[in-house]
Amino acid sequence: MNDERTGLHLSASLAIALKAIRTNAVRSLLTMLGIIIGIGAAIVAVSIAQGAGKQLTDQIEQFGTHTLQVRPGNSWWGGRSRGADSERPLTDDDVEALRALDGIEAASGRVQASVTSVADGNNWPTTLLGVGADFALIENFEIAEGRNITEAEAERGAKIAVLGQTVVEELFNGANPIGQRIRVNRTSATVVGVLEEKGAGSWGQDQDDVIWMPLDTVRSRVARSAEAVADNAGRIHLKVWDGLEVLDVEREVEHLMRVRRDIQPGAEDDFRIANFAEFIRARNETESLLGFLLAAFSATSLVVGGIGIMNIMLVSVTERTREIGLRRAVGARSRDVLTQFLVEATVLGLLGGLVGLLLGIGGTMLAARLGEFPVLLSPITLVGAVGVAVLIAVFFGYYPARRASRLDPIDALRFE
Amino acid sequence: MSTAPPLIRAEGLCKDYVMGRNVVHALIDVDVEIDNGEFVAVMGPSGSGKSTFMNMVGALDRPTRGRLTIAGRDLAELDDDEQARLRNETLGFVFQQFMLLARTSALDNVKLPLMYTAMDRDEKQQRAEAALNRVGLADRMDHNPSQLSGGQQQRVAIARALVNRPRMILADEPTGALDTATAEEIMGLFGALNAEGVTVVLVTHEEEIAEHARRIIRFRDGRIQTDQRRQAA
Repeated sequence: MNDERTGLHLSASLAIALKAIRTNAVRSLLTMLGIIIGIGAAIVAVSIAQGAGKQLTDQIEQFGTHTLQVRPGNSWWGGRSRGADSERPLTDDDVEALRALDGIEAASGRVQASVTSVADGNNWPTTLLGVGADFALIENFEIAEGRNITEAEAERGAKIAVLGQTVVEELFNGANPIGQRIRVNRTSATVVGVLEEKGAGSWGQDQDDVIWMPLDTVRSRVARSAEAVADNAGRIHLKVWDGLEVLDVEREVEHLMRVRRDIQPGAEDDFRIANFAEFIRARNETESLLGFLLAAFSATSLVVGGIGIMNIMLVSVTERTREIGLRRAVGARSRDVLTQFLVEATVLGLLGGLVGLLLGIGGTMLAARLGEFPVLLSPITLVGAVGVAVLIAVFFGYYPARRASRLDPIDALRFE
Repeated sequence: MSTAPPLIRAEGLCKDYVMGRNVVHALIDVDVEIDNGEFVAVMGPSGSGKSTFMNMVGALDRPTRGRLTIAGRDLAELDDDEQARLRNETLGFVFQQFMLLARTSALDNVKLPLMYTAMDRDEKQQRAEAALNRVGLADRMDHNPSQLSGGQQQRVAIARALVNRPRMILADEPTGALDTATAEEIMGLFGALNAEGVTVVLVTHEEEIAEHARRIIRFRDGRIQTDQRRQAA
């Protein structure tokens, strides 16, 4: 019966609150500062953390969590002299042995060279990769047109090539190059396939600016050098079977390589195994840590802001004690007084949250530009941030509001 | 006198205040009835119990013992919300210090009690305007208290007390802050309202103010000392 009054009362309370805040504009702004800074920092923190998280997911998707790379160690690595054999290259036999491991689905050697490619009177400097048939599967490349390099071609050193989209664009102006001949340095080859576009990698490099040729073709014809070994496989890329722990398989790989390379127990590996998932995680930890520090900072700010609201609401209640008494005398219930002051605290929180929102969006954009962090500003973050501001205001505003509502009407009226 | 029930009926009304280790008996066994349409002045020195009595009658305070009935409702049976509703709908308060909200127009001050009443916006506006009209301030509706004289401020306060068409106006030293001429004007206004049927109970310590009432109740040491009815002034 009495509750029919609440609807009217809310809008009236809002009007009172806005008036009270306007009357003490500077004081209100100072009160909101903690919330403003807290919400702003929270938005920046969450945006950086989410950006880092998204980058991690993207990179894992791009590289796959289930890939390993084996490469020879550097001769100075470990600070010890190991003699001439310490940097023994990996060989085709190593590739075969690794592929035979239970945990390994696919294996391919990979050598790399910077080359100049020529076709149709156009020339284009690009990266040449000598790879096996498995390389596309391991590195998650799709063939857009034509076909991939076969294992037989890889072994026999066929004069064929698979082109990335950028190379197709530069050499053939985007026309279908299948069956056309290109020249790579002094070796000519027939184009048998085109890779699907992959876009920029996580370091911004163009992953489509590449030519693949069979591993043996590259090492024996295109990129010959004095120290080249006929069966040098360069680096070996491996794909671990789905469902297996990459770290377990990594240990198997290490063990096998130590045996194959006759490394004595206790001696250090003269090769390295890169685990991309681990690598990416480590890289992202820096950004996560930054996000965490900002989150801690914003939480501190929000608590300080909440206490600021509590403080100013207590001042407001004291200043307006006689007004509270008057309102009680003309018919306000204690719950009407509670509502009035809670609404006032909520409005403070809401205004602070909205200003903090603008600050947070600005700060996030600044962080993205200056710090070159990957950031992700999601609508949920923004709505959530304002929601948090309101919740904090209600939480810290409740005590003063309750105190106001419990004032004895007579004592309040007589308060000097 | 009609047989209609009295607007206020106090039976054995007591109020004790605990001050540290002492108990102060502010009201002792007060029995009194005030009927509809009366114009009562409550007098007495400070500490006599008159203010305590007024707070009790205004449903702002609860008796320690005894029974108090306001407009047929036993105060002891009303919870806080129901008491608030009683103050809102049945009673109107006028204070010595006017108690107007600063930086708030006369009209909005008058509307204050209506904030706690279910009523549509237009009716609130009409009632507030009518109340200000009734106290002769139709041309001052948009003025803030700081732009009004003391007498005008008290008129705004009276309009605020009238706006919800109460049965009784309770005025606590309403002329205490006003000069003699203005006080006479305000008392004239109370007299006119009483003539229209509103019960008026006011606390004062000035005899000439009390002269305007038709009944004077004098308190002393927590008890009613005298209760005289007079012919209309």
